[in-house]
Amino acid sequence: MSKLLLVSSPFVRDERNTPQLMRDVIGSLVPILIMSMWVFGVIALLMVAVTGATAVVTERLVTSKRSLHDGSALLTGLLLGFVLPPGLPLWMGALGSAFAVGLGKAAFGGLGANIFNPALLGRAFLQAAFPEAMTTWVAPQMGFWQLPERSLAWPLMGSHVDGISAATPLGGFKFQGLTTDLSEMVVGTTAGSLGETATWLLVLCGLWLALRKAFDWRLPVSTLFSVALLSWVLHATVPERCADPMTMLGSGGLMFAAVFMVTDPVTTPVTAKGMWLFGFGTGVLVVLIRSFGGLPEGVMYAVLLMNAVTPWINRFTQPRVFGGLA
Amino acid sequence: MGMSIFLMLGLALVFGTILSVAHRFLHVDEDPRIDTVADMLPGSNCGACGEPGCRAFAEKLVSAAAQPAGCSVSATEQVDEIAAFLGVDAGERVKLVARLHCGGGRGLALNAAEYSGMSTCGAAALVNGGNKACEWGCLGLADCQVACTFDAIQMNERLLPVVHPDLCTACGDCVVACPKDLFTLEPISQPLLVQCKAPTTGEAARAVCTVACDGCGRCVADAGEGVMVMEQGLPVIVQPLLTSRSATFRCPSGAIAWVEGSQFAFEAMEV
Amino acid sequence: MVLIASAPTFSHGVHPADQKARSATEPIGRMPFVREYSVPLRQHIGAASEPIVAVGDIVQRGQLIAKRASFVSTNQHAPVTGRVKAIETRPHPSGVSVRAIVIESDPFSSQQMGASGPRSDQALADSVSDAGIVGMGGAAFPAHVKLSVPEGRTVDTLLMNGCECEPYLTCDHRIMLEHPTAVLEGTAMIQTALGAKASVIGVEQNKSDAADVLRAASKGSVSVAQVAVKYPQGAEKMLIKAVLGREVPVGKLPLDVGVVVHNVGTAFAVHEAVRLGKPLIERVVTVSGPAVSQPRNLWVPIGTPICDLLAFVGLDQLDQYIVISGGPMMGQAQKNLQAPVVKGMSGILVFPAAHQATKEYPCIRCGRCLDACPMFLNPTRLWLLTRNRDIEALNQHHVQACFECGSCSYVCPSHIPLVHAIRMGKKLVREAQV
Ligand code: SF4
Ligand code: SF4
Repeated sequence: MSKLLLVSSPFVRDERNTPQLMRDVIGSLVPILIMSMWVFGVIALLMVAVTGATAVVTERLVTSKRSLHDGSALLTGLLLGFVLPPGLPLWMGALGSAFAVGLGKAAFGGLGANIFNPALLGRAFLQAAFPEAMTTWVAPQMGFWQLPERSLAWPLMGSHVDGISAATPLGGFKFQGLTTDLSEMVVGTTAGSLGETATWLLVLCGLWLALRKAFDWRLPVSTLFSVALLSWVLHATVPERCADPMTMLGSGGLMFAAVFMVTDPVTTPVTAKGMWLFGFGTGVLVVLIRSFGGLPEGVMYAVLLMNAVTPWINRFTQPRVFGGLA
Repeated sequence: MGMSIFLMLGLALVFGTILSVAHRFLHVDEDPRIDTVADMLPGSNCGACGEPGCRAFAEKLVSAAAQPAGCSVSATEQVDEIAAFLGVDAGERVKLVARLHCGGGRGLALNAAEYSGMSTCGAAALVNGGNKACEWGCLGLADCQVACTFDAIQMNERLLPVVHPDLCTACGDCVVACPKDLFTLEPISQPLLVQCKAPTTGEAARAVCTVACDGCGRCVADAGEGVMVMEQGLPVIVQPLLTSRSATFRCPSGAIAWVEGSQFAFEAMEV
Repeated sequence: MVLIASAPTFSHGVHPADQKARSATEPIGRMPFVREYSVPLRQHIGAASEPIVAVGDIVQRGQLIAKRASFVSTNQHAPVTGRVKAIETRPHPSGVSVRAIVIESDPFSSQQMGASGPRSDQALADSVSDAGIVGMGGAAFPAHVKLSVPEGRTVDTLLMNGCECEPYLTCDHRIMLEHPTAVLEGTAMIQTALGAKASVIGVEQNKSDAADVLRAASKGSVSVAQVAVKYPQGAEKMLIKAVLGREVPVGKLPLDVGVVVHNVGTAFAVHEAVRLGKPLIERVVTVSGPAVSQPRNLWVPIGTPICDLLAFVGLDQLDQYIVISGGPMMGQAQKNLQAPVVKGMSGILVFPAAHQATKEYPCIRCGRCLDACPMFLNPTRLWLLTRNRDIEALNQHHVQACFECGSCSYVCPSHIPLVHAIRMGKKLVREAQV
């Protein structure tokens, strides 16, 4: 070994690195898991464990090059688990996770090269393949050890839907014109996907991640702001279609997506202007789909749609070079 | 769905008509031999002939602005065929080959430091000129091998690029790729090579590389009148095409070499 | 997102730990004379100087030994009294060896400078040119060139750069603290020569003691502007933006917006040259870094081998070092410690090699590099375009506007060597132009 080492400048670096960012996000999912177990019982743990493990195994299988240990596959799997309904058969979760990592991520060329948010792509796949199972909601707080019967169903055995289905706040609003108590949505004791119900905790996690600079704050802020703004306007004009801003913000997958999905650096714009645009676009789509679409919830499609136009956003929001013409 | 298919078909029809009409009226008459000759060329568009591509060279050939032998990639028979087709002289065919002007591979030239970073010569050269004590020397990170479209370059165990003369078409890509400008294209018939580019002399040169030219000038003296001169510490061959090896006899380091075929052939056998 | 009232600055940039406390309170000491000096004939931007001494000549400290070869070139003077040992190709901190005048110092000499008095009788540009002064901030542009205003142009403001935004470096800070009057006088001379209406000294807030000292000494003749602590605040264009709010157009010079920027160290050297007739034969160098337990600021004769300087200051015992000429953001790692201290060298930093744990990850497209780039470029895109050798697109994305500040590499969480790649991209573009 020579006494001297030649490396390129700069010789000092910001301490944040990519695996660390992944770890931060994974770490912030832990309290959410605990909360989810309190609301839905042990099934939360099972589902997330299954999707997480499947993701890691899939990555090992499909990537030829030495795994980078950047934690991104695990993160994809965990995120997918949290956006699935609690009563979904576990094998479906596993299938979705394999799809998310195998096709949503690895097929594009691995971390950094995928266009769509892989976890949401996995969920979209499940939604298309098993529309019924994906829209059947288990009521919260059924008892910690009580597993929805179909959770452990064998693959392709045509799981019958239990009678214990409940309405999500958004579903209730859309199909029955019901409003859910705001406090329930904040605490998280409503029906919904595993990780999305406890709004207060999601806000806390989001703040922590923002302080740790794990993501760019502009993305969630612009998303939430545009949802609030547009729903405020729409609620005033067509109240029967559009819920009030607080319900909009506190219900469904919005807060979870704002903290964990629209903040995914890979599938969102790199430019500052682009980030604002992405957030506003997502927020507007969420409100429009929720209010005028056939489905009660539209966060997933909103984010995926914006993912699709991200390369285009990047192209048209190139920063103006310092000292360049305006 | 059906509607849009009809629409597309309609559009195709409209544009197709416009194009064919335009072709009729705007068509420039072109010597049909150009296409034929272009087909006879190798089609690798390597640029060794000095033209941007094979077709451009074909145009030159047809207008007699170039000679078929100017294509160094084609085999001799192919060149003769083109010459016969055009009814012209094939021209003098000088087989050029890329030669490296450095012999200081691993174990022969001293490393002043260790380099860590992007693994290309171009990147390494930007960090204080690279890790070699001799700043003119080959960095051994194979930019030339990557650049060569004909797979004519292999790195040897001393991390020096060895150019295979039969595969080398003298396209010059390695000349461009090397950040230390170590390659030149030389006639293969000219075996005398100076395998060093360091202008340093004496102890300064010897201290950093065992195969460096230290500027002693013996080769110039031994080569005979008017064959070589010393310029800035290095011998320069002014009159090529040698048959006598005399210049190499007393070189203390082997920096001046007699190469028939590949460079470093002896080295390659050694390990 | 700093909510406290912030000082003027530019947009974007990064906040590396400044590490200046290690040497900021260390008064400028003196590097003792060593045995051999190598004065490169090129220590500046422009043509190499032409030697006017021969091997074997006895030279006196401060004596002119090489003359500038053209307008953009500089004079060189003997840093010591001694004998010219050789004029030959020698290592240079840039990594490209250049011809140098090698002087063997006379161990018995008192190292007094040759007699020369003040030079207030001639034009400032001439005195400065005679003294061989270059910009002391790092770029080493011959100073006299920036002392005359081209025909038809006017300069309204002279901006003195006392930012020293590179971490670890404290040489400018010490000069401002220890020689405020000289800095101010030098500034006044430059201002007069340029015919500028005003002069402003820009100082980063982490050197407010220096700003206070300057303010007190100037009694209002020169204004001192405190600017935010941010890298690269000391880059000409960024400083102009921060202090004057003007944006130098792409590919243009500060002169095009009526500004000339000089370093405070240059002002000090100008003052020395005019008042004392002292040529630029030594400069202040900060020797610091994690592998230096006792960082110093030292007057070092030009031509002192880096290894002698390090031996004097003392290094921690380590297996492998990174020796950097300049600051940790834009400096250059050294492979040959025989290379000498040159006029533009503000620091020698030593890092343990283990410091550089740089495992590269794929780009996660987080956009941090865009947010860091003071030139508002798209570093991750430039990196990709360089790998694809797409020269046209590199030009479209203004690759040449990058001044290699390294902010992008600094922030990248995936440790992608962005600025290194962009440097290659710039080279590709340059080569394609010829
Ligand atoms: S692209 Fe150039 S100017 Fe911009 S941050 Fe990187 S090094 Fe600095
Ligand atoms: S900072 Fe690094 S990871 Fe982030 S966009 Fe730039 S190059 Fe990619």
